[in-house]
This record gives sequence, C-alpha cells and structure tokens, in this order.
Amino acid sequence: MHEQEKAPLAQAASPDLAASPYAVEMRDICKAWPGVVANDHVNLRVRRGEIHALVGENGAGKTTLMNILYGLVRPDSGEIYINGERVHISGPRDAIRLHIGMVHQHFMLIPPLTVAENIVLGQEPGGPLAVYDRRRARELVLQLSARYGLPIDPDTRIEKLSVGLQQRVEILKALYRAADILILDEPTGVLTPQETYELFDVLRALSRQGKTVIFITHKLREVLDLTDRVTVLRRGRNVGELVTRETNQAEIARLMVGREVLLRVEKRPARPGPVVLRVENLHASSDRGLEALQGVSFEVHAGEILGIAGVEGNGQSELVEVLSGMRRATAGRVTVTHASGQQTGKTYDITSMNAREVRLVGVAHIPEDRRGSGLVLSDTIESNTILGRERWPRFAWARFILRLGEVAQWARRLVREFDVRTPSTRLPVRALSGGNQQKVIVAREFAADPQLLIAAQPTRGVDIGAIEFIHRRLVEQRDAGKAILLVSAELDEIRSLSDRIAVMYEGRIVDIVTPEASEEELGLLMTGGRPSGASREEEAQTTGDSGA
Amino acid sequence: MFWPIFLRVITSGDLWQASLQFAALLLLPALGGVISERSGVVNIAMEGMMLIGCYVGVVVTLASHSVLVGLLAAIIAGGLLALVHGVVSIHLKADQIISGIAINVAALGLTNYLNIVQTGGQGIPSLASNLRLPVLNWGPLAQLPFLGQVLFQQNVVFYVTIIILVGLQFLLFRTNLGLRIRAVGEHPQAADTAGVSVRLIRYACVVASGLLSGLAGAFLALGVAGTFNSNMTAGRGFIALAAVVFGKYTPLGAAGACLIFGLGLALSVRLQDTGIDSNLLATLPYILTIIALIGLVGRTVAPAADGVPYEPGSAE
Repeated sequence: MHEQEKAPLAQAASPDLAASPYAVEMRDICKAWPGVVANDHVNLRVRRGEIHALVGENGAGKTTLMNILYGLVRPDSGEIYINGERVHISGPRDAIRLHIGMVHQHFMLIPPLTVAENIVLGQEPGGPLAVYDRRRARELVLQLSARYGLPIDPDTRIEKLSVGLQQRVEILKALYRAADILILDEPTGVLTPQETYELFDVLRALSRQGKTVIFITHKLREVLDLTDRVTVLRRGRNVGELVTRETNQAEIARLMVGREVLLRVEKRPARPGPVVLRVENLHASSDRGLEALQGVSFEVHAGEILGIAGVEGNGQSELVEVLSGMRRATAGRVTVTHASGQQTGKTYDITSMNAREVRLVGVAHIPEDRRGSGLVLSDTIESNTILGRERWPRFAWARFILRLGEVAQWARRLVREFDVRTPSTRLPVRALSGGNQQKVIVAREFAADPQLLIAAQPTRGVDIGAIEFIHRRLVEQRDAGKAILLVSAELDEIRSLSDRIAVMYEGRIVDIVTPEASEEELGLLMTGGRPSGASREEEAQTTGDSGA
Repeated sequence: MFWPIFLRVITSGDLWQASLQFAALLLLPALGGVISERSGVVNIAMEGMMLIGCYVGVVVTLASHSVLVGLLAAIIAGGLLALVHGVVSIHLKADQIISGIAINVAALGLTNYLNIVQTGGQGIPSLASNLRLPVLNWGPLAQLPFLGQVLFQQNVVFYVTIIILVGLQFLLFRTNLGLRIRAVGEHPQAADTAGVSVRLIRYACVVASGLLSGLAGAFLALGVAGTFNSNMTAGRGFIALAAVVFGKYTPLGAAGACLIFGLGLALSVRLQDTGIDSNLLATLPYILTIIALIGLVGRTVAPAADGVPYEPGSAE
C-alpha cells in the first residue's frame, strides 16, 4: 500500500535530529469554530523523551490542539515541527506516518472486534487485499505486549474488557503503529486509583525507552506525580510553560483558572438533624444478574453529607440507581422522611417507586452518567433545566402545554445563578463544555428544593473552577438542612466534603468512618482488607502517595 | 382438494426451481445492501438501482445487439446511481433515507418517461432469445431427476450470484479489507484514527451495492422477463432490504432470508390451483417472513454507525 512505501518523514529528518531538542513544536496555532476561538496563537514545545503535561480547564483548547497534531482537525493557521522538521498533517494517516499516536478520551475501539483486530486495523499483516491472518496478528500483538510489558489477551472482544484494559489496548494500538510521540487525552478520568498507578508506571517506562509523552489532564496531582514539564492553556491561549519540579498545585491552578483557587473546601462542622434517608437491608441485582447489593443499610440525616467511598464497580452505581428509582430492589426498604417544609415528619416508602415518583417526594439526583441519563444532549439548555419537572403548573398549563416564556425565564435565572457559561439558553446542551453541562444538571436538581440530594460523581470530567463551584454549592445545600448522599470515586472529594464516610466493598457497606480516618485506613476498607490485613504494602499503593 | 394439490406442488421441481430463481433475484440487491450497510451507509435505493439496471440493460442490448454489452451497461448504470447516493450521503452528509427515497422515485419516473418517449407508448418488444442472458448448459447434470431441474437449469446469473455470495461472505469476515469495512461501519472515528480512509471504504461499498443491484436488474430484464416493463422490479429491492435485516447483515444470513422469500413467492404463484384466493396467496411470502423472524431470527443489531455521516474531529 502506498502509505508503507513512502518513507516516514520523521526518519527522513533524522540527520537534523540534533538540531532540535523538541520532538514536537507547534507554533502560533489558531483554530476557530463558529462562535468559539479554540486555539488563539498557541505554542507548544515538547522535548524528546519527556512526559509533558498539557493542562487547562475544559474548553481551554487542549483537545483541539492535540486533534490538530493528530490530523483530525485542520488549523486555520500555524506551523508544526516534528523533530525540527516542518510538517503538514492533514489526516491521522499523516500523523501515524510521523510516528505520532493518540489515545483519545473516548476510546477509539470497536467493541465487537477482538483486541488483535483492533490493534492491527488499518495496518494488517499482508495489506488490505490479503486474507486476515489471525495467527500472525495474534503473534504481533503478543510480541508487542511482551516488549512493553503490557499483558493482554489478543482474542478477547473489546466489549468484554474493563476500561483499564481497553486503555491498554489503545496504547498498544499506538505502539503497533510505531508511535514515538504518544498523546493521551485525559487518560485517568475513567480509571480506578489502582489502574491510574499502573498507567503511570507504563508511561514512565515508555519515557525511559525514549518515547515522548503528551499527557492532557486537569488533575493537578497527576501533573506533579508524573510529568517533567507543563504547558498551561486558558481559553485558547498559552498562559504558562513550567518545569514541574519548580512549581506547585496552587500555581498551576491559578494559571488554569486565572485567579486564586481554593483547593480545600471550607466548611463548618455539620449540625445533623433528623434522619431523612433510611436504607434497610437493601438487595439488588446488576445488569448482568449478579447480586450487586447484598444487604446495604445506612441513614443520612438532614444537614449532613454522607460520602460513599469505594473502588468503582462495588455496587455504588446500583445503589444510586435503586435510590433514584431507576432500578428495582430485590429486597429491603428505603424511606424518605421530610425534615423541613409543609410535610415535615411525613415518611414515604420509596423502595418501589419509579424515577418520577421519587422526584415528587423530594429526592433530587445528579446522575453519574451526565451524557447518558443526566441530559438530553441535543435539546436546549432551556428544556434541560425543566427536565422531569415539565408538568409543574409553573411550567405547563393543564400539565400539558408548555409555558415557554416561563421556561425561558427560569433557564435564564438558573444559568445566571449557577454561572453556566453560555451565550444563550437556546443552545443545545451538547454545545457546552463538560463542566458547564454538569452545572446545568446541578442547577436543575438544586433548584427543585429537595429533601434529599443524591450526587453521583458530581465532578467527574469537570474542570477545577467548576469543581470548586459545585463543592461550595453542595456544602451550602447541607448547611441549608438538606440531606446529601455523595458517591464519588475521588477519595479526595469524599474526604473533603463528607461528614461521615461509608465504605462500600462487594455490595456491602464494610464500615462507616469519620473523615479524619487516614487514607491508608480508607484504602484498606475499599479493597476489602481489615486493618490487620495481609499485604499492607500493596494496599498502601492503592490509596496513593497523595500525602507526599 | 387442497392437500393433494399442495403435496404435488411442494414436491415438484418447478416450485423449487422457481424458488431458487426468485431467491437469487432478491439476493443480489440484498448483498448490495449488506455491503453498503456494513460500511455504515444505509441504502434503501436498491429498488431504483435495480430498475435502472433493467431499463439500461434492455435498451443497450437492443442498440448494441449484444447482451454482454447490455449486461455491462446495466451494472454500470446501477453503480452510477449508487455513486449519486454516495456523494449525497458521504460527501454532503445528507439524510440517507431521504436520498434513497429520492433515487427510488426518480428511477421509477425516469424509466417510465424514457420508455414512453422512446417507444411512443408502444412498450419495448420482447427480446430475441439470442439477446437474452442464457440458461447455463450443464450437459448430463441437467437431466438428473428433480435436482437437475432445480440446480442445473438455472440462468447463468444464478451461478454468478452464488459465487458473489460466497466471495462476499469471505471478503467481509476473512480478509483485511473486510475487517476495515466492518470497522468503518461500527466506529468510523476509530477506523479513521487507525489510519483507514473512511470515505474511500464507504464510497467503494456504496458503489458495489449499486453494481450488484444493476446486475440484478439485468438478470430480471435480460434473463427472466426478456423485456422491460414499467416498474418491473415490483418491490424486489425493498424485500431485499428486509432480507438484509433478517439476515443479520451477513451475506449468508441474507441468502437464507432470500430463500424463504423466494419459496413464498414461488408458492404464491404455484398454489393458485388450490382454489385459495390469489390475493390471499400473495401475502404468503410476507407471512412466512414474519414467522421466520419470530421463530428463527433473534434480535438483529445493525452496524453501530449505520446511517451516521462521518465528521472527522467530532471525536469529543
């Protein structure tokens, strides 16, 4: 095939290798979408063999810049140099030829195909017209996996793999295409702490082997843990190029957001009121028919935040779904008692209510899957702000005909109060950044004035500014006497917000502890261990070296 | 009265010969549908492409006095019409259903109009037997009892269809190109970022579906009917579409579905002696389909990106 005949441009440039210390140099890159300037004269210089962080809030233009480097987006102007050589990248095929590989935020894998098929796709042994050589493809994948220490079974279908393993396949895909420059777009957003540490080890090993890694993130701790240098973008512009060793979280955060950011949540001690949510011996099955909840019991009081900690997949999602009326419980009882308002003292059994009924008795829900169950992406901000409440007399005559003027006014008010950055409330929610999408949900759910607020991964994939905002609002709601159930995979978030922490493991609450509990203690509980458990060293690794 | 006739019909070579012929006529456009949809482009215009194939095949055969030239012209005509669908749905990213409907309507109107203008409303006369696609001569094999009639007295295109069927099944599931086609239909972004040209693959597959439909048109007009009649495809392209879905988007599956349809069509013709109302009989193929769908075929899942135009850079 013609791609293979052409000599890779990067190799052609090898005599000049010494001329430039930079594997990647992007100069004055500009890219405007209708109504948005994504990249405004952005410069990026990445040294050969380093791990370079590209940080910025959502919408700062990180992904656009990398999509330009990978050929998925054409810049309006600007120059790209690879190993000192000026190049034109007009598609992913050009990028591959230049030994650039990219692991996208949303994986570029084909679920019904096998690992090997996904890895060799486009560069199959034998070329396009040959018979697919399963054995050879398998062999190549195993060789690659042995060489880089990334074990994988080549014959498994992607849909059967965990997210962490899928990401490994993505990395192998790039390495199969002989990538020397590896771009990872927010790779840790979907990983468990354990998987994140494994990924970091892999990236460090790759860097030692001379690969250049560009690591997009907005998690500051990861920047400090992993990278050598940092480029910070804000609203499409460069605001800093730093050496990681010489900086700190506060400085990067300030550059990203453009002002001082409170990384710690400020809150007063809780003043818990009566019990609002009571869960007794709850059982439920997962989608696969396994017993996801095996007798969960706990209470949440008015005016407190109960955090549920745990490695993802230990029943937290199912718990939230049962409580919010999206999944049937197989046994047990859930009640909600009003602690304020006209119905104070009234108790509702919500065990077998559907999502609409649950909302009607005063439960608000920020779902973990923002795009899937939180919003109708293609619909306007206006419509999304009344989703689930569209029959309220305030928004509809006779529960049926929408009062559009009223809805528009409502949406404008929420957008203002919750600082959703958008030129218009008539835009589809899809057009907003992740953080602003999440603010739309938060606004909608808070504005319902609930008795109980269930917040599942409320800041997942959201930038620092929005995280700070959402955290502050959650504490405000607590202080206003709401009961809040917080489910999060981020241990930091759980620890800084919660008044009590329930740790879930394999469908059970193993313990309820105070937020003063040490990270080691929580880590042990999260992995099912007891403080006297066997392998202390391994557990300590799971919980992370954040204290350092 | 019913059962004796039914038994005679069901055991006759006539019925099975006709079933296979009808099935092959449906299978060609169905294979076109399979390859197009596998690459992620919904094609409901096989009907129109087939009809154009019929018309062009007959007209060119009459003009050139060569059935081979007519056959090629029919195939190319189908391919060109498919190219239109390709440009509209791949390049211009328009709604593929609308494009398909437009092509079907346009093909029907155009062939009708040209037919009337050209012959002054007389209609095209029957083709001489040397200007038709012949029945392939298998020599002594054709004399075998029952099997001879069913398998070895078929039109030459029938055998071509079988070869294409096997070839396409192999291509899609055993070759690198097939892997790319399936990848493009499931997840074009993934294919693109892996270095596969989504556009090239989709164009090739859509045009292939037109070539196959054109061939089906030639088979119908030059092989079976020996003439052109207005709307002579009579919905076959649409039944083929159903076969694509019932066949779970695989060539062999589509072939199975076409066999059931073919049998139903043949039965509805042959059972008219039993005294059952002919209108009722005409529903038979469709009833068979529904039964097959409920009983034999599970849920069918279309390729994930079927019908979705590809936008590079929309990865986020």
